[in-house]
Amino acid sequence: MLPPASALATTTSGFLLVLSIAIPVAGILLAFTLGDRYVRQVALAVVPLGLAIAGAILLAVPQGGGLIVYLLGAWSPPLGVALRADGLSAVMLATTAIVICVVAVFATTDFRPASDARTSFAFWILLLAVWAALNMIFVGGDLFTLYVALELLTFAAVPLVSLDGRAETLQAALRYLVFALLGSVLYLLGAALLYGFYGTLDMVLMSRVVSAQPGVLIAVALMTIGLLAKTALFPLHLWLPSAHAGAPAAASAILSGLVVKGSFFILLRLWFDVIPGLPSFAAAQFLAALGTGAIVIGSVVALRQERLKLLVAYSTLAQIGYLFLMFPLAVNAVGQLETGQALAAGLLQTISHATAKAAMFLAVGSIYTELGHDRITGLGGAARVLPLSVLTFAVGGLALMGVQPSGAAFAKELLLQEAMRTGQWWWAAVLHAGGMFTTAYVLLVLAFALAPSDQPIAPIQTALPRRDLAALALATCSLLLGLVPWEPYLPISHDVMPKLFSRDGLAKLLLSVLGGATLAILLNPWRHPLAASSGWKAMGKVLEPLRRICFRFGDLVDKADSILRQWAAAGISLLLLGLALAVLMFAAN
Amino acid sequence: MSGVTVFGSFAAAAIGLGLYGLITNPRPLRKIIAFNLVGSGVFLLFGIVGRRGTAAGVGNDPVPQALVITGIVVAFSATALAIALLLRLFQTGGPLTLGSRAPPGPRSDPSGD
Repeated sequence: MLPPASALATTTSGFLLVLSIAIPVAGILLAFTLGDRYVRQVALAVVPLGLAIAGAILLAVPQGGGLIVYLLGAWSPPLGVALRADGLSAVMLATTAIVICVVAVFATTDFRPASDARTSFAFWILLLAVWAALNMIFVGGDLFTLYVALELLTFAAVPLVSLDGRAETLQAALRYLVFALLGSVLYLLGAALLYGFYGTLDMVLMSRVVSAQPGVLIAVALMTIGLLAKTALFPLHLWLPSAHAGAPAAASAILSGLVVKGSFFILLRLWFDVIPGLPSFAAAQFLAALGTGAIVIGSVVALRQERLKLLVAYSTLAQIGYLFLMFPLAVNAVGQLETGQALAAGLLQTISHATAKAAMFLAVGSIYTELGHDRITGLGGAARVLPLSVLTFAVGGLALMGVQPSGAAFAKELLLQEAMRTGQWWWAAVLHAGGMFTTAYVLLVLAFALAPSDQPIAPIQTALPRRDLAALALATCSLLLGLVPWEPYLPISHDVMPKLFSRDGLAKLLLSVLGGATLAILLNPWRHPLAASSGWKAMGKVLEPLRRICFRFGDLVDKADSILRQWAAAGISLLLLGLALAVLMFAAN
Repeated sequence: MSGVTVFGSFAAAAIGLGLYGLITNPRPLRKIIAFNLVGSGVFLLFGIVGRRGTAAGVGNDPVPQALVITGIVVAFSATALAIALLLRLFQTGGPLTLGSRAPPGPRSDPSGD
């Protein structure tokens, strides 16, 4: 992915990379200087500027031969620090800029200085801080810069969780912080070991010399589990549901859409850029197996939630698992990871989830402010009172389900092709199951929101169309991602598009809709308003025994989830995962 | 036994003890201290990594020292943030454990359905 020869000298548009980090930081400093009366204006001035820089990088990367580099202070690695942006970075920078932009528009009404000066000040500062840290992750060229960026991201994300200052959210934030610190210290330990072996932390230099020594494999295993803890891959998700569901809507959108992608992106860099030469077939299978666990547990628990926000948070857990299915599909014939179509598909999935999930959290936030609650069973009639919010949720949900031409559908098609090509049919089965589960929880929410209500709903706040339109625009973006020309940035072959719209593609969609509807009926414990109708009762009688079994299964999964979210269980599974990864990599080498 | 081995073992011991405390101890303050213990172990390891250059006759490698300084600043900020959150949690009278009961949703309304 990074052509090594040209990666060690500054290119002409390299200064854009510095600007992408410096502009949000300058915004933060300016906001601190001007005080909390002007913080919103400063943020709203910085956001378009940052968007323009992301756009400029997007244009500059193909012109620079797929890579732009900036050497800080003209010191070349290993002593200096290099910033590099390739196609992956450019795409992630642009996505982040767009999501931040929409969240900023959404939040202008929530966080105005008049309402609560301290909360509003903190929100805008943290929004810019998250942005700066993410940009640093996307362009950072050595493992220590990435560590610092990762920590900055955590320090900006944790206070976002506890913006409203309630005891539960403070507790959620503290739990998130301590577990994230455990993850980052393990990452740092791995980086220290790697520096001890090779005397450099620059990714390009290291990828040239890295070899399969036991110490290196242990370092990689440590860094991997550290990053997994920060990405909240099952079974290391103890902090995610409470943190993502407890935060205010705009903050949840950032946390769920963008923040977990930061550590995931570093994981991609580590596996695909630093150690692609080490055979890792077994370890990749293992990562995807954890992803499968995340899809099943996350989706089943999501389907059993009573609150909409928690459902969306658990859906994030499942979708994170989905991202890890790309690892085994990127393994080539000799067992090494290669940067081909599978990586491109994984990145598309990342982007598509970032936009769709952020839009869904914003929609849920609107529903919550206007109805005053977010109980799924109490959503009846919401579609009539809050058409825009429900529509946003529906569009975001459709994009996540993989309705053509969404990014998710495109990514799934690419991954299925890779699964067929490499003969790993079992991952194709998991991909289909994942699609069905996603469909299940989206359909479930829509079924309740579209149902007629017997009592009139009085919204406690009037609708603000500007907020909802911003979220809707983001959801639509996600739904149209498949139509964007990706070739300059990601290695995608041209023959996927026609297949996406063929009869075959539509059949796959139909399959996941039918499967999803069945799963939603079987696993959801709440009574739908239409459940009293006669046709439904007849069907209910047939399904009753099956439903009872599914309830048992759901209870079991719930229990397993609450055990896994204990500290001791999460800590022990963290260490066991590290051990397993190291053993699998030893065995392969 | 060379100095590198001795210090290496101490680093490993600090990391191991810290990890044990971080995972098993239910109290947040002790978890934060345990995190600092792991951090100290890692910084010690970085120091040894720099020290190993001496054997090759190039003196001490300055890069790990720079990294350790940065790492200490980061760990310090992390501790400060964690303590601030903990104090705030204490002031609001919330539960002072990090166990995960039912995750908090948005404020519940008592009316039910």
